[in-house]
Amino acid sequence: MKLDIFVIGVGGQGIGLLSETIIRAADHAGLTVKGVDTHGLAQRGGMVTSHIRIGEDAFSPLIMPGLADMVLALEIHEALRGLNTYLRDKGTLVYYSVSLQTLNVRLGKEKSVTIDDISRECKMRSVKEYAVSREVPDPRMQNIAILGTLARERLIDSVEPRHYEMALEDLLSGKVLELNLNLFHSILAD
Amino acid sequence: MKSLGEMLLRKEPFSEIVMGDTAIVRAMIEAGVRVATSYPGSPTPEIAEAIASVPFDQRPFYFEFSTNEKVALEVAFGASINGHLSCPFFKSVGLNVAADSFVQLSMMDLLGGMVIVLGDDPGANSSQNEQDNRHLARLAYVPIFEPATPKEAYEMFLEAADLAKKHHMPIIVRLTTHVCHAKEKVGFGHWEPRPLDKTSRFDPKTGCYIPLTAATVYPMKRRALQNIDAVKKYAEDSPFNTTVDNSNKERGIITIGLPFLSLMDTLQFADSKPDVLKLGMVYPLPEKTIVDFMASHEEVKILEELDNFIELEIKSLAFDHGLKTKILGKKDAEDWIGEYVPEKVYQVMKKTWNDLLPETDFSPKGVLPSPRPPQLCPGCGHRSAFYAVKRALKGTDITVADIGCHTLGYLEPHEMGQVLLCMGHSTGTGSGLSLFNDERKVVAFIGDSTLFHAGLPGIINAVFNRHNLTLVIMENGTTAMTGHQDHPGSGKNFNGPTDAISIKKMLEGLGVNSVRVVDAYSQEKLTEAIKEAVSEEGFSVVIATHPCMLKFTREQRRKGKGVERQVSVDKEKCEHIYECLKVFACPTFQLMDDGSVITSKELCIGDGSCIQTCPVRAIGYQDK
Ligand SMILES: Cc1ncc(C[n+]2csc(CCOP(=O)(O)OP(=O)(O)O)c2C)c(N)n1
Ligand code: SF4
Ligand code: SF4
Repeated sequence: MKLDIFVIGVGGQGIGLLSETIIRAADHAGLTVKGVDTHGLAQRGGMVTSHIRIGEDAFSPLIMPGLADMVLALEIHEALRGLNTYLRDKGTLVYYSVSLQTLNVRLGKEKSVTIDDISRECKMRSVKEYAVSREVPDPRMQNIAILGTLARERLIDSVEPRHYEMALEDLLSGKVLELNLNLFHSILAD
Repeated sequence: MKSLGEMLLRKEPFSEIVMGDTAIVRAMIEAGVRVATSYPGSPTPEIAEAIASVPFDQRPFYFEFSTNEKVALEVAFGASINGHLSCPFFKSVGLNVAADSFVQLSMMDLLGGMVIVLGDDPGANSSQNEQDNRHLARLAYVPIFEPATPKEAYEMFLEAADLAKKHHMPIIVRLTTHVCHAKEKVGFGHWEPRPLDKTSRFDPKTGCYIPLTAATVYPMKRRALQNIDAVKKYAEDSPFNTTVDNSNKERGIITIGLPFLSLMDTLQFADSKPDVLKLGMVYPLPEKTIVDFMASHEEVKILEELDNFIELEIKSLAFDHGLKTKILGKKDAEDWIGEYVPEKVYQVMKKTWNDLLPETDFSPKGVLPSPRPPQLCPGCGHRSAFYAVKRALKGTDITVADIGCHTLGYLEPHEMGQVLLCMGHSTGTGSGLSLFNDERKVVAFIGDSTLFHAGLPGIINAVFNRHNLTLVIMENGTTAMTGHQDHPGSGKNFNGPTDAISIKKMLEGLGVNSVRVVDAYSQEKLTEAIKEAVSEEGFSVVIATHPCMLKFTREQRRKGKGVERQVSVDKEKCEHIYECLKVFACPTFQLMDDGSVITSKELCIGDGSCIQTCPVRAIGYQDK
């Protein structure tokens, strides 16, 4: 099996936890996996990305642009960026539809990206699209909304919901783990 | 939750998914490192984060964040000549700061040995340049291992530690950003804890430790060169030199480190694959291995990131051995620039042998939103300070940036900070700019960690030579940009509480006569303070102080206190002046299609520093 997943979002949205959970879930499922976060700087608000590569033939932890099989985005502007820079035609896009405007949008120099913009682009490139807009108890759990969708739709072959749970248990504890698992389970049941 | 600290201390072998920086810490433990030191800088702060996961009383080695890289290296040196294996680690440009001491190391008898972990940054992912530190290492006669993966980082560190102990010498393990941060499963070995041996071994007679005049410098330099010869023999037989044999008599490629991985991905697109020789050490080179590889191919491409370091060495080897092999090195400036990520290597290889690879287009497929560079966090005190300082200055005045979160003030819309060299440069550069510059005021900025790191000589010089400028110290109590490490003003070090150095008292002690301290959120007062300071003759300092709000909100959250209130914009009162959006520019404010302004519930931390900026008082608290 070979699957390259490009993850993109805005600093502070919990992209690190999302990608490490996927890496560990894939490992729990017995797959060979590697990855890398493009750690931004401490500040919130810049673009951050993460690469996940599943399969024996992946050498670099980095995916080549235009060759990702799947893009996961935590924000709508970044979804468009991920789609048009890293996703291959006929790939899969999963994104959370919250909008955090770029500086140019806030300065009035550019229009916001909308759900329609993304859909149009996906149709043109035969991309399978999952727009996630599910309410979560805390904005910092939007990453779990994406994870839950991945698991519910079985978007990564042979990685089952329990593998994601095991991965979350590796990484979190106490109340935070409980909250995240609860949300994960309720998304599975959606 | 898996405990990283528990895992790092396991005696039995285990395997785990870790990043390169974490793998290094397990290697330190297995190798018996006793003293580790650092100054924070990407891509290495995660090494210290992994160290922090091991409780202080169980840590098999001493660790400190020193005030800067030079001091970190010196502390490690002192420990090593007393018999302890030591490990300083820091980012690429940190070696510049450490250089004066670093270049002496190989001449010294390092009883305990030393492994320097260097985080180079091809691609300038989080640095002010992408310097190739292999040059500096060779200049100082210090051997370099170059891992490609977290697994190799772990294994090469262990080898480096063995060599360093055996030859009483320094050895570099040179990591690059995506080796430090790459994650994969690594198999770790057995760890046999050894009791700490406190025998004091420093003996001035062991080595000569005083380089002074040729009489001592020559023998010391001879020692360094003999050690390089010894390592050269090791390099020849190193298990880290590997070949990928594709039975290609015509084409071969010699490469190292991360570019090797990019090459392997690239060659999956090639029908007829060249042979590949991957080296483990870049200095000294395994000459025989290289000569044999070249002699068995008609053409050999040297694939290396940044400068043509091994290319030149290999070309001279070929000359000495009278080889007829055609050597293909770097072609143009682009080959010297940027990280050798897979698509870059694809393009470099296509340029080398056009028939090797199919035509591919890596450019974006459609429209892209405008870039989203890093920006100051919601509620950051630096934003409030820039907003207030800007009001005190004329558009023609000169502002000098320094390194830290506050560097981001150079971006729209604040545009505070117009020139940047490196950490601590701002007062010196500002002093030079102030000469023969009577019309334009000069205002320099500096962060508090940077002030202690490299800022003091510039300040002392400004006092000593009576320079005419204002320095704004952006005090937030932490080294924010690299992940909130404590510094000498924090009142805490890596291992526990310590006395905080008061910046104000320190400046007064240095003889700075004009020092004002203002909370960065008190915008009117700060504007006034800056106006007064720049109107004075001579050197003046304004300390704009406010805790780092990202660190603060995280600590609050850990205590179970989330964001309790947020602001909103009153639609009735708002006159679309957009001071909040376009001048103050907290990213919380979002511009809607109908021209109205809303605040983002994802982003607002409710500190209220924006409220005072709205001319019609439309911003106010909204209870949650
Ligand atoms: C010689 C050197 N060492 C380390 C770094 C990495 N680095 C970037 S910003 C920074 C410190 C920032 O701290 P501070 O001056 O307190 O500013 P803040 O980020 O807190 O605003 C460091 C250490 C560097 N750029 N150069
Ligand atoms: S990390 Fe702290 S200092 Fe840096 S931008 Fe965020 S709030 Fe400001
Ligand atoms: S209160 Fe909210 S909108 Fe105002 S500066 Fe703070 S984070 Fe920004």
